[in-house]
Amino acid sequence: MKVIDQNKSHSKSENGLLSVDSIRKDFPILDRMINGHKLVYFDSAATTQKPQSVIDAITSYYTNSNANVHRGLHTLAEEATSAMEKTRDKTAAFIGGVKREEIVFTRNATEAINLVASSWGKKNIKQGDRIVITQMEHHANLVPWIVLAKETGAELEYIPIDENGYLNLSDIKNIITPKTKIVALTHMSNVLGTINPVAEIISLAHKNNALVLIDGAQSVPHLSVDVKGLDADFYVFSAHKMLGPTGVGVLYAREEILNEMEPVVFGGEMINEVRFDFADWAELPMKFEAGTPNIADLVAFSPALDYLNKIGMDKIRQHEIEITTYGLEELRKLNFIKIFGPDNALDRGGVISFVDDKIHSHDLSQYLDSKGIAVRAGHHCAQPLVKLLGVTSTSRASFYIYNTNDEVDQLIEALKEARRYFVNG
Amino acid sequence: MAEQLDEMYRDIIMEHYRFPRGHNKILNPDITKEGRNPACGDEIEIQVKMDKDKIETVSVDCAGCAISTASGSMLAEICEGKTIAEVKKIAEIVKALLKGEEFDDSYDIGDIEALQGVNKFPVRVKCALLSWTTLVDAIEAKKTDKQLTASTTEG
Repeated sequence: MKVIDQNKSHSKSENGLLSVDSIRKDFPILDRMINGHKLVYFDSAATTQKPQSVIDAITSYYTNSNANVHRGLHTLAEEATSAMEKTRDKTAAFIGGVKREEIVFTRNATEAINLVASSWGKKNIKQGDRIVITQMEHHANLVPWIVLAKETGAELEYIPIDENGYLNLSDIKNIITPKTKIVALTHMSNVLGTINPVAEIISLAHKNNALVLIDGAQSVPHLSVDVKGLDADFYVFSAHKMLGPTGVGVLYAREEILNEMEPVVFGGEMINEVRFDFADWAELPMKFEAGTPNIADLVAFSPALDYLNKIGMDKIRQHEIEITTYGLEELRKLNFIKIFGPDNALDRGGVISFVDDKIHSHDLSQYLDSKGIAVRAGHHCAQPLVKLLGVTSTSRASFYIYNTNDEVDQLIEALKEARRYFVNG
Repeated sequence: MAEQLDEMYRDIIMEHYRFPRGHNKILNPDITKEGRNPACGDEIEIQVKMDKDKIETVSVDCAGCAISTASGSMLAEICEGKTIAEVKKIAEIVKALLKGEEFDDSYDIGDIEALQGVNKFPVRVKCALLSWTTLVDAIEAKKTDKQLTASTTEG
């Protein structure tokens, strides 16, 4: 890891291994003025900004290649199908080289988890079985399991977190037991930033014959992820958090599991043969993709993957370790700010949740917005976790490839000014 | 934007936020009701002590933002000694004022007028409404002796 430049005169291009200056040129929105200030976008954990190549791909698709996919034999239909299916190949390669049949496209990561819970879950979870999740889950990986547990009479057990924002695995052998049928957990917390030891948990779950679903919405955009290496059974993520368009989610699942699963949405595209009193299902992955898919956005996800591949996920991770280390150091200097999650940037992603001891996160983010700084405020779709932290809401700054230490300095300055505005005003 | 921000965080609002009225809990309240803003997770508890058909005291217990705290403080201040009908009328005015709709400006709403700046920030309207919705729900529920469940600013 490169040593962080303590000197305030650092320029943008000194930020880590990435040439952030030239990356920023690819993101037109970063030139926008917000309330008289140049935008500082610190909300990439909610959704990232999009490079010009992704924006162009959407326009180009509708301008040149628009047609419905997997039907029709004309040139445009062929082009649209092949562009969309190319994205599937690239997605399969991006998470460690899985089979293209193992990549199911959904609307988002939430829908991918719901698909697993309502298809695999309803078939395999019985009364008295155990579903294990963690206390740091996003509502997307929490509510579907609450509902499934209620419907099936299964018990829902939580892996707790400790005071530093890590999973507390001291009692894990009593939590993941032979009764456990599925363990669902986040690879990286969207609130605490914690990177969880998923390989270790998967291995323990498999010893108990339980399957594991990993919520990778925060990890795939920021880490090099190899789902085969991890031996994950299900792995979900979302395109819009990794430079891609909204409306595209991914469910990876091992082929034999997908083959055993029943579809939950029925109609066109997902069938093999239909008679007036009968229907059976198409091959993988089509049986889970009923109806016309989000073709344009799927096509435009491809240049997003190209962009990340070109930079390299290891470099992206290094950059985020640097900016997060710097952010944590600078925030710690403010004695009125409390930071949540692991102290060490090596154990967390580029997400820093914090509270001011006097200013509510709503007021704080409103003030930051008046300075052009976009952070998230609220419970981050993780109400039980935020409650556990002893607050009702936090502010969250999250970083990506286009962020710089200079922008962190602007945040710090604005936090000091907010203090003058709300507390000592 | 700085002007818009100052327009929302007016001096009167900041004063109510720093020194909120009705912050102390009431002994033996006639009505107690919790409210929740699902958008941000803020929670509030309102207690009302009645004196026949008039409100004697209101307590607003919240750990909310400046806007919701100030709005709750103004509520506690203005509702004292008012009848339920009057309180409902004021709540309607607050709602209209926050949403930028027309309202009956012949009615003296005191400091509450300062909340007008919030309507430039649609996301924050719910913060300012939370105490009012909770109070009105509490009064309605009391009247019909309905099971009290937490109010929300949704819907």
